Amino acid sequence: MDNTRRKFLKLAGLTAAAGVGTTLLGSKAMASGGGGHAAPAHGGHAEVAPTGTRYGIVIDTGKFHDNPGLAQKCQDVCHSYHNVPDFGNPKDEIKWIWTDKFANVFPEHSHYRRDERLLSMDIIAMCNHCDNPPYVKACPTQATFKNADGAVMMDFHRCIGCRFCMAACPYGARSFNWRSPRGVDKEGHPFIKKYNQRFPSRMRGVVEKCSLCSWRTKKGKDPLCVEEACKTASDAMIFGDLNDKNSKIAKLLSSKFTIQRKPALGTHPSIFYII
Amino acid sequence: MYDKGKVLIGLAIFVIAALSIVGYNATMGDVDSFRTDGKPGPEKPVGHDKCVKETAYMQTSHMVLLNEWRDEVIREGKRELVETVGGEMVEKSLQNGCMGCHISKVKFCDRCHDYTNVKPYCWDCHLAPVEAPASKEAH
Amino acid sequence: MVEKILKGNGLYWGWLSLLLMIMGAGAVSYLVQFNYGLGATGMSRDVTWGIYISQFTFLVGVAAGGLMLVLPYYLHDYKSFGRITILGEFMAIAAIVMCLMFIIADLGQPMRATNVLLHPSPRSMLFYDMIVLNGYLFLNVLCGAVVLVSEYKGIKYPNWIKPFIYLSIPWAISIHTVTAFLYSGLAGRHFWLTAVLAPRFLASAFAAGPALLLIIALIMERTAGFDVGRTAKNKLVTIIGYAAILNFFLLGCEIFTGYYSNMPGHMHTLDYLFFGLVDHSTGIMHNNLVPFMRAFVVMGFAGIALLFISRKAKSDAMLGTACVLIFVAFWIDKGLGLVLGGFVPSPMEHVVEYVPTVVEIGVALGVWATGFFVLTLLYKLVVVVKRRSEDLLEIN
Repeated sequence: MDNTRRKFLKLAGLTAAAGVGTTLLGSKAMASGGGGHAAPAHGGHAEVAPTGTRYGIVIDTGKFHDNPGLAQKCQDVCHSYHNVPDFGNPKDEIKWIWTDKFANVFPEHSHYRRDERLLSMDIIAMCNHCDNPPYVKACPTQATFKNADGAVMMDFHRCIGCRFCMAACPYGARSFNWRSPRGVDKEGHPFIKKYNQRFPSRMRGVVEKCSLCSWRTKKGKDPLCVEEACKTASDAMIFGDLNDKNSKIAKLLSSKFTIQRKPALGTHPSIFYII
Repeated sequence: MYDKGKVLIGLAIFVIAALSIVGYNATMGDVDSFRTDGKPGPEKPVGHDKCVKETAYMQTSHMVLLNEWRDEVIREGKRELVETVGGEMVEKSLQNGCMGCHISKVKFCDRCHDYTNVKPYCWDCHLAPVEAPASKEAH
Repeated sequence: MVEKILKGNGLYWGWLSLLLMIMGAGAVSYLVQFNYGLGATGMSRDVTWGIYISQFTFLVGVAAGGLMLVLPYYLHDYKSFGRITILGEFMAIAAIVMCLMFIIADLGQPMRATNVLLHPSPRSMLFYDMIVLNGYLFLNVLCGAVVLVSEYKGIKYPNWIKPFIYLSIPWAISIHTVTAFLYSGLAGRHFWLTAVLAPRFLASAFAAGPALLLIIALIMERTAGFDVGRTAKNKLVTIIGYAAILNFFLLGCEIFTGYYSNMPGHMHTLDYLFFGLVDHSTGIMHNNLVPFMRAFVVMGFAGIALLFISRKAKSDAMLGTACVLIFVAFWIDKGLGLVLGGFVPSPMEHVVEYVPTVVEIGVALGVWATGFFVLTLLYKLVVVVKRRSEDLLEIN
């Protein structure tokens, strides 16, 4: 029974992703857009009726603050598994998950007279796997799309490198391969320190981003960053289906105060923060 | 129209130039990489005698299958295992499926691709299995 | 008829050789970029579009600007534009050629450009941009060629071309509207997220396009004896002048909305462009574009004033200077500030500035040179045909 339900939901998601369900998406956008304009802070949380699976993550920022270096560990695990190159300069930088200060991760929130702890904290930033990702419609080749689980995916084979998606993403979650990630620096050190034979690298000229470890979540595992974070501090990151009322993440969201990044834009991020 | 003669001379030069490329390949082309009988001879995996489809299909259409897998896995999330003709279960993945049996890109993929002068861009991103130092890593 | 472009004086050949040399340098620069990747440019993770896309945006405007020469002649039967209408159409061709080249230059995977056709995405504004740009190129090649060949034969253009000419008029509006929609539909970029972006694009296009045309016409008057006529010039002054004023008016609307509403997101980029912006996490002031943007305002207003004075004074020197001022000013506005400014601050509110590299400038110059090369050949053809048809008239 569960299997048939999943299949149906996958199909529903697929039709939407394939663009056949443009009307469906259109009405979704309208319903939520209206709320977004009337009261920004509220609008972002006034989600549309759930359809299918929608994976999301809750990040408990306090647990990362109490465990210095934990965020770095999550990044290392993610970047080394996914063969993310390190070019050693901000211009070429590629990152799937990283940290920044409160004022940068939440620029639309006031940081006036906030406590020192909050302002100095390193907060994890990553792709929000928005329910209404603005760049999915911007992409001229459907190289980036939303899959049936709600993860926003990249098809590196199809990307032409126009970088329209990078202009369209309000969270700076996307990186471009400005040069070959398989190359070496001036001293001959490879940009990808140690290749993971289980995962491809990318080629120059394509955009890349976090895929919510869809290759793991499909098998019922948590994304790498979540798994790594929980090794040190339990529930530092919680992964699950936001649309499933009985999931741990849904229960947590209904009992704790959380915030999303830039909710006023109507993108409906699936990453939530406990501050 | 005007200058019929000049046009004809120009056409003749073009035809000769075009044919010369074919002629060059036929006579002077790089044949060193082939076996003595002129066939590419890819090395088949040891211990696995059946692929996910019949050999004849794989020879002509493996790229079609790879494209289908790619779209199914990435775009449709259909990541379930596939069964080989011999009943083994393998991952729908070039890197983690195909190359699990075909452990050498150099001795399998490259042999035919070099022979037919095909340069697939798979290996621009996908990592070829680590091979003995003699075989250069794909770039 | 086409063979006529092979006859010219030393100046003509010198100019073409110069352009060819720049095109060669551009090709070499592009090879460098092609082999290294787009990292050979000054673009970065935070400023993901640079002078390629900004030139593209500006040149779509130049192409659309040709409309201001086509519309009065064909829709209002304004006879004084008889000599320059075709120049407008041909300028559009050269501009679109440059636009398409800039797009290809900007792609990370240019070999996959056909994916846009293989996987059509009707929700993407780039999809429509591809359709309208190629359509406009087709329309202008068709209309320009048919009209010119007819004139060469000394007959009136055939009636079947008229629907295409009329279609090209709204089509010109569409190319720049769709190009503006590339920007104004992005929720995360406050500077671009404005309904007046498309009108402002059109206003600056209707000033910059005809201004460039008038500059070229003045040069052709001296080098090729191609006289546009005082009436046409005066009419162009009106068109350029009012369009330029309209652009400043719309910019003023942006400035009012930004600063009076006091919305930080609406003020940031304007601050960055005209005064400089401090990155609040590093405390460093960034103001690369400030001198340019201020020069744009000064040159723009000076150009408008000089434009109307030149008409009173009947001075071509003044007119030329005014057109150069307006063209350069609006190039800074749209070909520099609009695209680059939109990326500041970044989504995480860092301020990262962009400086083009030598390779990048080489490619851009190469594309501009190609555009002018195409334009020169086309205009050469026009001059030849116009002279011939006028000789025919005199004989008759």
